Amino acid sequence: MINSEIVLGTEDKEFKEIEAAPKGNPLIYKVLNEKIHKAINEGFKRIVINDVCGQRFIGASLQGDLEIIINGLPGNDLGIFMDGPKIVVHGNCEDQSGNTMNDGMIVVDGDGGDVIGLSARGGKMYIKKDVGYRVGIHMKEYERKYPVLIFGGTAKDFLGEYMAGGLIIALGLEFLSDGTVIETDATICGNELGTGIHRGKIILRTKEDLTHKLGVGAKLFEISKEEEADIKPFIKEFCEIFNIPFDMIGNKPLKVIKPISKRPFGGNYCGQLI
Amino acid sequence: MSISHEIPTYFRVNIDRDLCKKCKRCTNHCSYGALSFNGEKIVPDDNKCVACQRCVAMCPGKAIKVVQNESYLPPHGNYTRRIRNILWAQSGTGGVLLSATGNDRPIRSIFDDLLLDACQVTNPSIDPLRETIETKIFFGRKPEKLDFIVDAEDDSKVSLKTEFFPHFEISAPIMVGHMSLGSISYNACMAIYQACKEINILAGSGEGGLHPDFYEYGSNIITEVASGRFGVDINYLHNAAGIEIKIGQGAKPGHGGHLPGEKVNSLISQTRMIPKGSDALSPYPHHDIYSIEDLAQLIAALKEATRYKVPIGVKIAAVHNSAPIAVGIVRGGADFITLDGFRGGTGAAPRIIRDHAGIPIELAIASVDERLRQENLRDQVTLVAGGSIRYSADLIKAIALGADVGMVAMPVLIAMGCRVCQQCFRGLCSWGIATQQEYLVNRLDIDVARNRIINLFHSWNEELKEVLGAMGIDSVESLRSNRDRLRYIGPNPKIAEILGVKHAGE
Repeated sequence: MINSEIVLGTEDKEFKEIEAAPKGNPLIYKVLNEKIHKAINEGFKRIVINDVCGQRFIGASLQGDLEIIINGLPGNDLGIFMDGPKIVVHGNCEDQSGNTMNDGMIVVDGDGGDVIGLSARGGKMYIKKDVGYRVGIHMKEYERKYPVLIFGGTAKDFLGEYMAGGLIIALGLEFLSDGTVIETDATICGNELGTGIHRGKIILRTKEDLTHKLGVGAKLFEISKEEEADIKPFIKEFCEIFNIPFDMIGNKPLKVIKPISKRPFGGNYCGQLI
Repeated sequence: MSISHEIPTYFRVNIDRDLCKKCKRCTNHCSYGALSFNGEKIVPDDNKCVACQRCVAMCPGKAIKVVQNESYLPPHGNYTRRIRNILWAQSGTGGVLLSATGNDRPIRSIFDDLLLDACQVTNPSIDPLRETIETKIFFGRKPEKLDFIVDAEDDSKVSLKTEFFPHFEISAPIMVGHMSLGSISYNACMAIYQACKEINILAGSGEGGLHPDFYEYGSNIITEVASGRFGVDINYLHNAAGIEIKIGQGAKPGHGGHLPGEKVNSLISQTRMIPKGSDALSPYPHHDIYSIEDLAQLIAALKEATRYKVPIGVKIAAVHNSAPIAVGIVRGGADFITLDGFRGGTGAAPRIIRDHAGIPIELAIASVDERLRQENLRDQVTLVAGGSIRYSADLIKAIALGADVGMVAMPVLIAMGCRVCQQCFRGLCSWGIATQQEYLVNRLDIDVARNRIINLFHSWNEELKEVLGAMGIDSVESLRSNRDRLRYIGPNPKIAEILGVKHAGE
């Protein structure tokens, strides 16, 4: 269970309920998304979708102060191009959730698939447990847009590949079925960590030696006081949503991966007149 | 002491000292630093000259001439001067050589080996000056066939049952190729978009986003979603006539875009939505696309995001297996395909890829068109093809080979003043086209450039009508894939076979 009132507020709102698999027959994504749009056009600000089972593109390019509560397993590209709404998933999410998201929030009470947060420019993505490969690839920032991706567990290879801005935090925790939170035995991330990174930072909560995992252009730093203060509100919010004792966070050091340069491949090329 | 490894210059700047008024105008206009004033006279530095001709055009006394350097290298038919220069540059820097515009190797053009048919006696021609010849086309996916509902009681009441896919009309089968703000200047973009809107043809935005000033021209702009997703937000998706997923570019198949940080000024930063001074790297490949199924997923995502209102297409570079990929693209739900041949242009690409990767667009159009017809998919999709359509003759031949729309970029730049000096990647364009420096950008007058583009395409459209009339065809849609109206006169019968074109005389 998660404290979704932290995301959605405590106010009771009129909501529209949509069955994604009426009588056990899953709707195809087009039909389901059309129903969502119809509910929005009817003026509903909160939409609850039940029995979601792999339907793609939920929340695609939606704008404004909408709230979408998903009971089930949304398919790929959850919240693609989204600009503002909040999505709470009671279940896992699949690949490319938050693809090119501009603003908004995705909270997932479970695991995430591969390529989460692909090219996201803004908004928050909080995933309770583990994520897959190439997570946070080419996340970017711009003016006040600053995407934040936090996951409570671990990631696979190519975390933060080609990262061009924003913040990724991995907490390295494990969640037992009775609700207790323990430190994970698994490795915090795979190889090629932050390869091609040219802006933004990745923060990993681990005692592991990460040096051999670093990709091209990525460098390992100790966390500074300012950085710690900057990320604290995000981690605190994450812990509150997912019932994680905040005191646990201090049990392991936070390590920072940052780019060695804004132009990692600038020197590879030669503009000589021939 | 080391020997000099300076690369011999191609050009020599000759200044007629009698005509030179020492006004120093040329030194201000030369953005490459090849001309300076030493207190007594104008001093040229041939090493820096790129023969862009700006000084020649600006000299009030007509005192400057850029000529070929007469310095003679020992001749060798195999180690040409070009190859020696490449080796000298690489051994001096150790870097991957950059290049701009399209492939500059003197490879035989297949377009030049094709001749057009014309009417004589048995098939009357049409006079385009007196009679209507249509050059408009409809862009987007078309239904396979039309179904009608006949009223059960009154069979004179017939209504259309078929639902149409999103499509729109353009007045000529021409699209200005994708050049992003970043690769070219604000003024150049503005001139192109204004011209395209005025004459109702299409322009490509490139992958660098769409500046809010250009939204009003959106009804004639195809925006591009590339792996970097630069500037892709809701406004970008909703202010376009169509959206194209950029997989590849003819000048650099298999390679992503790379805008160096020094070009990312506040204007570019605003348009691409990235911080100033950061490299704009488009990772290759798309990390959400590893298969046709993944591609179909992004096509579907873009259709969802635009609520099925605009055509969604895919751009690929012309490579050996373009035809089966094109079939996959159409089956994946794309409404149009853009094919970019190996001569296609670029603002910056590694020379090795620009000069050696990909296949000629003529062969790609013919093989894609043929394969789509075999699969009964051809009429459902709009095929846009480019990669060195240099003038109207190439456009006409591309259409006869199987393209619906010709994609054209270099001719537009040349119309605006480009002298093809091939230095776009340096950002110093003295004509204000391929640069972001304000004092250079201001040299390009938007109104003049716009009118020249309008003139250019008016001329092409009229020439297209002349040819259609001579062939006895009254609509450009009837020329498309009409390969019987072409004949081959080149040296290689295999090419004619792949093109599906008979030899001249047959």
